[in-house]
Amino acid sequence: MASSADKAGDGAHGAEEGETRRDFLMLATGAFGAFGAAAAAWPLIDQMNPAADTLASSSTEVNLEPIKPGQRVLIKWRGKPVFIVRRTKAQIDEARAVKLADLVDPETDEARAKKAEWLIIVGVCTHLGCIPAGTKEGELKGEFGGWFCPCHGSHYDTSGRIRKGPAPKNLPVPAYEFLSDKLVKIG
Amino acid sequence: MSDSKFKNPIVAWIDYRLPVFSFMEHELHEYPTPKNLNYWWNFGSLAGIILVIMIVTGIVLAMHYTAHTAFAFDSVERIMRDVNYGWLIRYVHMNGASAFFIVVFIHIFRGMYFGSYKSPREILWILGVVIMLIMMATAFLGYVLPWGQMSFWGATVITNLFSAIPIVGDSIVTLLWGGFSVDNPTLNRFFSLHYLLPFVLVGIVVLHIVALHQHGSNNPIGIDTKSPQDTIPFHPYYTVKDLFGLGVFLVLFFGFVFFAPNYLGHPDNYIEANPLVTPPHIVPEWYFLPFYAILRSFTADALIYLPISWLMSAKLAGVLAMFASIMVLFILPWLDHSPVRSARFRPLYKQFFWLLVIDCIILGICGAKPAEAPWTYIAQAATAYYFLHFIVILPLLGFFEKTKPLPTSISEPVLKGGGGASSAASAKPMEKA
Repeated sequence: MASSADKAGDGAHGAEEGETRRDFLMLATGAFGAFGAAAAAWPLIDQMNPAADTLASSSTEVNLEPIKPGQRVLIKWRGKPVFIVRRTKAQIDEARAVKLADLVDPETDEARAKKAEWLIIVGVCTHLGCIPAGTKEGELKGEFGGWFCPCHGSHYDTSGRIRKGPAPKNLPVPAYEFLSDKLVKIG
Repeated sequence: MSDSKFKNPIVAWIDYRLPVFSFMEHELHEYPTPKNLNYWWNFGSLAGIILVIMIVTGIVLAMHYTAHTAFAFDSVERIMRDVNYGWLIRYVHMNGASAFFIVVFIHIFRGMYFGSYKSPREILWILGVVIMLIMMATAFLGYVLPWGQMSFWGATVITNLFSAIPIVGDSIVTLLWGGFSVDNPTLNRFFSLHYLLPFVLVGIVVLHIVALHQHGSNNPIGIDTKSPQDTIPFHPYYTVKDLFGLGVFLVLFFGFVFFAPNYLGHPDNYIEANPLVTPPHIVPEWYFLPFYAILRSFTADALIYLPISWLMSAKLAGVLAMFASIMVLFILPWLDHSPVRSARFRPLYKQFFWLLVIDCIILGICGAKPAEAPWTYIAQAATAYYFLHFIVILPLLGFFEKTKPLPTSISEPVLKGGGGASSAASAKPMEKA
């Protein structure tokens, strides 16, 4: 009975085939409903993004005073390990002597350390997320005197650049700024 | 296979192996529905939609909530202040509980007015009462989770109801608490059960719908559908009508969510739970008020307690009466044995029905007031009338009420009414169908 009513309506407008007012209403209703559903879904999805307090605690200040030359320390920033290295002259020279052509992910040491003495990098292997060894004393430092990832054997140099192994990228440098000579803010 | 009713080959392929599309077609599209359903029939689907909203917002809230007495209150405040749209999601969940009860109470009174619980829909009705019971348990458990003052003292009072049970009462209360007072073990198990019960509800709602579709919806006239002329397909006719009702509901609901989100709550629940300080005025959420009033009506000097005073303490009597006020609904289909379903043809029942509605509202008002005269006396009278309605008035009406003559079919009053050419014209396509 609904179909017979449809036909009568269509016939009156002379539109046997092609668009009818009903098609327009159906489309408009559908579009309106889809928009409403998307608007309702967004808060339910966005709630999974970092909350305001999580974002607020996303920077960390580190006092550099107790770190001795040659020492490497590990701090936690945004739940991830960050390596802070007070490099010796020899380590800096070694890192700066490398030719860009020899690098998997070419990047100069000057671009990676704002102050040559301080190297600040995120300690997450760019292969599959393990923490490369080499920060603590006695740990393997790999063939290039930097870090060695025990999971799949990636070697990083004294600038945290990938030199050998499956990792595709250098250890990333987080955003940081020196608030004073002895205080750095990461994030 | 080749003569499948589905034109889309993928749909036809799947349906040949797993008949989900046939099922949906049968239960939603073809499903013959009485053509005279009015807007009171919107509230069933509305309740189903709210259940879905509650489950979705609840799952999301559980991603941020911490069920520990030391963190629960702060985690809820964090949801309100820091989590993206957390305030919106929590206010929807919080007001959703109230909306759920409003809709379900209307749904239940609709069933009472139009006699929807009568044969052959008794099990449909009983499943509905079970749904309401589980809803009440779920709402209570959920109200405890924010670990505010009302959460804590509400949980203390409600669990203490079980201490009224003779001999084993205190042991049962200790079992419920998992300790010697409402504390962290209690909060943990309440969270676990609050997450579980809505899915139990979904299961019973499915049974409720299976029972409904067995004999189809009742209707405002309360007589069975007799021919295809009396019915229309559920889709698109009632899907569209339900959607319109949903739109109206959502406007009202989000009016509360956005402009008065705490109107139905208690400010005391924004004070963290303190086991050493009871708030001066403890009140349950509004949807429990009528039951709360019945509970409080049984005092040592109450007239309604006198007949059973030799049998049990007033405390136990109050607890039993509160549970009995819901249990009596289970046997409603047999208490009201009048063969006529709809109140439209029962002039006396119609008046008693509205008296019962007013009685329930009075009980609700009394539940919100402090337990002092005159409210205690009003509550006691209203409690007495509540049980009088079900236990005495309904069975007597079945014997003595003179009902009006029923129409022979749903179509009859439509075809006779209105008159003239227009009704005849509108009747024509029906006869073809």
